[in-house]
Amino acid sequence: MAHARIKRIDASRARALPGVHAVLTHHDIPRIPYTTAGQGHPEPSPYDAVVLDNRVRFVGDRVAAVAADTIEIARQAVELIEVEYEELPAILDPEDAIKPGAVLIHDEPDSSGIHDPSRNIAAHIHAKVGDPEEGFRKADRVFEGTYHVQYVQQAPLEPHVVITYFDENDRLNIRLSTQVPFHARRIVSKVTQIPVSKIRVIKPRIGGGFGVKQEILIEDICAWLTKVTRRPVRLEYTREEELRSSRTRHPQKLVYKTGVNNDGKLVAMTLKVLANTGAYGSHALTVQCNTGSKSLPLYRCDNVEFEAVVVYTNLPVAGAFRGYGAPQGLFAQEVHLDEVAHALGMDPIELRRKNLVQVGDSPPLLEELGEGKAGFKQVILSCEMEECIRRGKQAIEWDKKRTRPPAEGSKKRGVGMACLMHGSGIPGVDMGAAYLKINEDGSFNVQVGATDIGTGADTIFAQIAAEVLTVPVDKMIVYSSDTDFTPFDVGAYASSTTYITGVAMKKAAEQCRDQILTVASNMFEEPIDNLTLRDGRVWSGNDKSLTLSEIALHSLYSSDQFQIQGAASHFSYHSPPPFAAQFAEVEVDIETGQVKVLEFVSCIDCGVAINPDGATGQVEGGVTQGLGYALTEKLLFDEKGKMLNTSFRDYKMFASTDMPRMTSILVESYEPHGPFGAKAVAEIPIDGPAPAVSNAIYNAIGVRMRSLPFTPENVYTAMKNFQEQDIEKKQPAPAMAPR
Amino acid sequence: MKIDLTINGSRGTYETHPGTLLMELLRKEGWFSVKHGCETGECGTCTVLIDGMTINSCIYLAAQAHGKSITTVEALGTPENMHPIQQAFVETGAVQCGYCTPAMVLAAQELLSQNREPTEADVRDALTGQLCRCTGYVKPVEAVMLAARRMKEGGQGEEGLSGNREADDSSGRREAGVR
Repeated sequence: MAHARIKRIDASRARALPGVHAVLTHHDIPRIPYTTAGQGHPEPSPYDAVVLDNRVRFVGDRVAAVAADTIEIARQAVELIEVEYEELPAILDPEDAIKPGAVLIHDEPDSSGIHDPSRNIAAHIHAKVGDPEEGFRKADRVFEGTYHVQYVQQAPLEPHVVITYFDENDRLNIRLSTQVPFHARRIVSKVTQIPVSKIRVIKPRIGGGFGVKQEILIEDICAWLTKVTRRPVRLEYTREEELRSSRTRHPQKLVYKTGVNNDGKLVAMTLKVLANTGAYGSHALTVQCNTGSKSLPLYRCDNVEFEAVVVYTNLPVAGAFRGYGAPQGLFAQEVHLDEVAHALGMDPIELRRKNLVQVGDSPPLLEELGEGKAGFKQVILSCEMEECIRRGKQAIEWDKKRTRPPAEGSKKRGVGMACLMHGSGIPGVDMGAAYLKINEDGSFNVQVGATDIGTGADTIFAQIAAEVLTVPVDKMIVYSSDTDFTPFDVGAYASSTTYITGVAMKKAAEQCRDQILTVASNMFEEPIDNLTLRDGRVWSGNDKSLTLSEIALHSLYSSDQFQIQGAASHFSYHSPPPFAAQFAEVEVDIETGQVKVLEFVSCIDCGVAINPDGATGQVEGGVTQGLGYALTEKLLFDEKGKMLNTSFRDYKMFASTDMPRMTSILVESYEPHGPFGAKAVAEIPIDGPAPAVSNAIYNAIGVRMRSLPFTPENVYTAMKNFQEQDIEKKQPAPAMAPR
Repeated sequence: MKIDLTINGSRGTYETHPGTLLMELLRKEGWFSVKHGCETGECGTCTVLIDGMTINSCIYLAAQAHGKSITTVEALGTPENMHPIQQAFVETGAVQCGYCTPAMVLAAQELLSQNREPTEADVRDALTGQLCRCTGYVKPVEAVMLAARRMKEGGQGEEGLSGNREADDSSGRREAGVR
């Protein structure tokens, strides 16, 4: 059942089973509304969840929790729980959610922060610059296209897993696969009513996240089981549970409209979005904010409007997924602009070049549209988009391949591209802190709350501190993500870790450097101005020097003893966009609809890459996930809302043999606000594969793919329908004629 | 029931349940490189070598391994004395979250023990059972190609691994029983 009220639940038989330590139902836990979104306080997502409810809102929702000696006993106990449901009508299509008379998914009185529970609207966003209506009237041509993006899953190879226990000081320890240890502590405290001071969250090495672990998904229930049993409890999702019951990317319908002059200049742009957040509104507002704010500001335009309606349905819950709304917006935008270019008879790259944002611009929409609230003025200080395009065109041989004659036979080749922007952290929100101290041998302990989820963040911090202190990276001992022993950090999301916490690390290292120079100055009996730190030594002139070990020993044991240490925080009102151009070459089999990506080129301006191997690794991985989004990944449901593909056999991600030839080029710029000139890189590469591949398919076969994913079935169907549409489209614009 | 297993060169008798999966047994015995990623043999993170061949230990009963020799990545090398495949993964930046890495290294080991001059297509084929959500396979493929070149130039391969084992023996560490 996708939607039902629990009329009666009886766990007595389950509780009586030997080996069962606890069974919790909604009768056993106080109703404390909260959001599962792992965001800063106060979370901009509606408080529409409770740990255990008297209602189920999608197939895969929680009903009860069992703790037992073994998994087998626990499963047996689950079978013994008697539940009587009152089935309610289920909403499986977001268009139905807002129809008059639709069943209400969140009509419970204690939820808060829902935009309009009486219409199933979790969140609503509207931002406007200039006068788009006037712009459309003035423009030479007006175009409108509708685009659809599907449900997909983050699918880290490690499913969600947590262990909870009370330690010898009676404090709740939560060893957790998470991107947000500090938010997890705060939110678990709220729903378990265990004070923050009695909770320690530890994030060990974990197996990826991609947004799905920016969520308080299982740690609350595990903490409750430990609370009532006083015993260690371990909870791990199966792959089926991970696919069905964790989080997904928001599916959307996007209507993109542009007013364009004949020379290609954009006069007005509007983007209207209907998004599906599933059964709960986790990240509902902020993901959709990003759909507008990470796409529209890429081009100069005086009249811009963005509107999003985010509705509840009785389908799995959407949440944070790498890209966070941008892949949806950029898919619509970059396919739409390709259509506009074609209609104008322009090269799609030339159309973009005429309108791209430039250094010195401050896109007004970014001021209107922040994350969940108004934004801050953003002046673009670094942008190498022009160079990204130039090098990408060269790498994929754009001019040659765009003009080649069509191939004989059933396999047609084409090239397409997309331009992209993202952000570096959430301006005015994200904060990270770092701590650093010297040891007797000249090594340093680095402590950061930041959360390395396989992104290489710990290495980046070691590099930044080592750079400031002129020592090899292996002198840095990094310990991260432990709420007892590391300073606060918002966590691994919004492409913020290097850009935000990296600056905190740099500041902390600079404090250490200054103290090292002060101690050396006392040891040398020379003014600091005469001293320099290089190669891990403090030099007076070119012949006299002290090692960091000698300085550390002096400061710890000899005179005016103190700990050389640095502690700093950083946050920023600036979120400099990384920019990118991505190019795809595809081969489409017109007999089967099979699309094969032959080559994929990414040119990314992420400022100065602090770790180029790590940065290209992010690009390659992001592109691969983006290719899955474009071609193979889609969660499917039956007519009752039950997910059909709950294994990797049926949910197809790219394997090593599916990959195209990949070229990833880092196009360096210098971002003055970032540490050593760095901007973000983690999310932008996932944004472009879908539109670039769609545009390449159009170039190959003249069929426009406006809905993801481009499976053989969908491409084949589009080919058939396109020919029919071709005949119908006699009326003037806004219809787009196929080639 | 009791079963006899040789795990990473050490022979032992293990008390187990007929329904216990090899993955569960190995993790219980502390071989944490063997990961749980699915329960259906599709993601490959639970890969181990049985008598030199890769298998998914999440769909393989512990009892099926009775009398067999199991190798996990712990046996291939140590941080101080890495196996050439591991060394190549480090140098090429082929590891991100690392969850699939032990499986990838073992799949590469199986390939290179049979084919000393693999093409890129051979490598991709060998890794196709190991899903990775982080890397896009670019650097892992590069790593295996690099390791193959080095192992061939160094006259390594199966012999290289015995060399590794001797190094481990001499320092009194756990025996690395890869064959």
